[in-house]
Amino acid sequence: MTASSTTSATGIRHRRAPHWPRKIGRSLLILAAVIFLAVFLVLPLSVVFVEAFRQGMHAYLSTIKQPEALSAIRLTLLVAVIAVPLNIVFGIAAAWAMARFEFRGKALLGAFIDLPFSISPVISGLVYVLLFGAQGWFGPWLQAHHVKIIFAVPGLVLATIFITLPFIARELIPLMQAQGSDEEEAARVLGAGGWQMFFRVTLPNIRWALLYGVLLCNARAMGEFGAVSVVSGHIRGLTTTMPLEVEMRYNEYDYVGAFAVASLLALLALLTLAIKTLLEWRYGDEIAAHAPGGH
Amino acid sequence: MRQVDTETTMTLELSHLSRRFTDFAALDDVSLSIAPGEFLALLGPSGSGKTTLLRILAGLDYPDSGSVDLDGQNFLAAPARERKIGLVFQHYALFRHLTVAENVAFGLRVRKRRLRPSKKAIAERVEQLLQRVQLDGFGHRYPTQLSGGQRQRVALARALAVEPSLLLLDEPFGALDAQVRLTLRRWLRELHEDLELTTIFVTHDQEEALELADRVAVMNRGRIEQVGTPEAIYQQPATPFVCEFIGKVNKLPLTLSGGRLGMGEWLLDGEPWNGEHAHAVAYVRPEHLALDVPETQPAWSARLRHVYLAGSVAHLELYVPSLDHTLEADIAGEDVAKLGLQPGAQLRVAPRSAVVFAMDKSGEDAAVQGRWVWQAKNAPHA
Repeated sequence: MTASSTTSATGIRHRRAPHWPRKIGRSLLILAAVIFLAVFLVLPLSVVFVEAFRQGMHAYLSTIKQPEALSAIRLTLLVAVIAVPLNIVFGIAAAWAMARFEFRGKALLGAFIDLPFSISPVISGLVYVLLFGAQGWFGPWLQAHHVKIIFAVPGLVLATIFITLPFIARELIPLMQAQGSDEEEAARVLGAGGWQMFFRVTLPNIRWALLYGVLLCNARAMGEFGAVSVVSGHIRGLTTTMPLEVEMRYNEYDYVGAFAVASLLALLALLTLAIKTLLEWRYGDEIAAHAPGGH
Repeated sequence: MRQVDTETTMTLELSHLSRRFTDFAALDDVSLSIAPGEFLALLGPSGSGKTTLLRILAGLDYPDSGSVDLDGQNFLAAPARERKIGLVFQHYALFRHLTVAENVAFGLRVRKRRLRPSKKAIAERVEQLLQRVQLDGFGHRYPTQLSGGQRQRVALARALAVEPSLLLLDEPFGALDAQVRLTLRRWLRELHEDLELTTIFVTHDQEEALELADRVAVMNRGRIEQVGTPEAIYQQPATPFVCEFIGKVNKLPLTLSGGRLGMGEWLLDGEPWNGEHAHAVAYVRPEHLALDVPETQPAWSARLRHVYLAGSVAHLELYVPSLDHTLEADIAGEDVAKLGLQPGAQLRVAPRSAVVFAMDKSGEDAAVQGRWVWQAKNAPHA
């Protein structure tokens, strides 16, 4: 900016035309970024939709209407509906603890919150098998009481919660730390009770970060493959979520079916992205006002 | 036992408050009694414990030991929300997602249903308060759309909305620029006189404390060094810290020679310790230096090095060759011409008054053994 523009005496900015080597450099950089995005993001994503519709709309719809596909969609939504709210509660509680209190082992808690990011999802799934599987620590006891966790819906939910654990907390912690506790303290001195303080001051101040966290958490909860794959047991119509369904169909050479389900998953992801962008566009000013320092 | 008379029933009594954080004592055996309607300043450098004291009164922190009584009732037992306190934070802590009017109404809206005024009554009260802080018509704005001074007044209106019995202000002018600060300071003083509300404010700015407060408590390292009227704090500082922290001061090391304390040619009469202390330190305000001492009285001969004319006041820098010491003197700006003061002028200089502390040894870590407010007999005038 400073190099390519000058300020006249009247205070109006005049853009000076950049010298041609700089101009070329800029164009090349933009081109490189666009090509990279096209090759690595847009092309694969389009392939999903192209392949899904290869045999026409009719084949696409009939594939999706199969009971196995519907059951996978239902299961995916069920897992997300359970995992996301639990993570909202955990995320807010963890962020609150990290941002508002000093305690022994705080750094350790921070590291544990990040653990699911750094650990391979396969291991995350395996941990639950080792804990609750037939040969696991609690396996015999669970079997004796007829509780099924592994190769059943509870296992899928547990693995998904584990994988998506950091999303909301990580979104909230830096914001809450930057915002500080002044406003909450002001609310208390003005006579607000604990819940009044939370719902009238804390929650409104973190709502955008929380929403981002929820969107990201939700996207991951629906899309998780590795950990879920280990605990699922791939029982068609019972324990296969959409990502698992995609893989199974692909392995069975049912390409249209695989890509049809995949396209639904991709649509969900695009929808999430669209909502996020829409919110940013619609409430941009307000979001900026809530950012630390915008006070 | 404490006497409770009718006049001072709402006296706030702080006794032996201590608060330790992991590595330092924020409050160390602090006792203070605050009269109803009083405007008290807690003055001290950062880390002196003044904000901790304010937070304890507000119910945001608790002391490790000691007690606070209001009207004979244990004040600390009441949770923050029941103390009827108005607190203005250093950075105002306005609710950024609420409008100015909603901010001011907050304290009324969170009340239990049977204590909560009607919507109409709240709106009227908010309107009144905004008028009081000269912000009528700003109710629909958000805090981000206000200037620093306006935010501060919103914070004040919000604190006053709950009809507090005690108003606490944490560095109320700290975040404002000099011009706004001065205007708001006067305005706050007037407001206090109108409301007759017991007010405690924390500041590190001595000028602010001396100008505004009825009484000033000077704090240092978690202790109260001195409590008194601004005049007493300035004219009769109780400790070396107060001397050095409040105003400008010349610090002069004294030694005992021939039964008299003194420094170079300047010797003091009537030393009260009978030669018991070999070391002492005298603190002399710049305006308490006489510049034309007659030959009959002890004085240093000094050379005027610089004259800094700062509007109504002139700051003089004097060098005393026999001591190899530089002194600062303040005189009225118009006196510079009257006395014909030019850099290089030779003057006979001596303090008119000083506060002298007897020390157990020389050096920075010496302990105070006694205090003596010294006045020159038939003090010469500048």
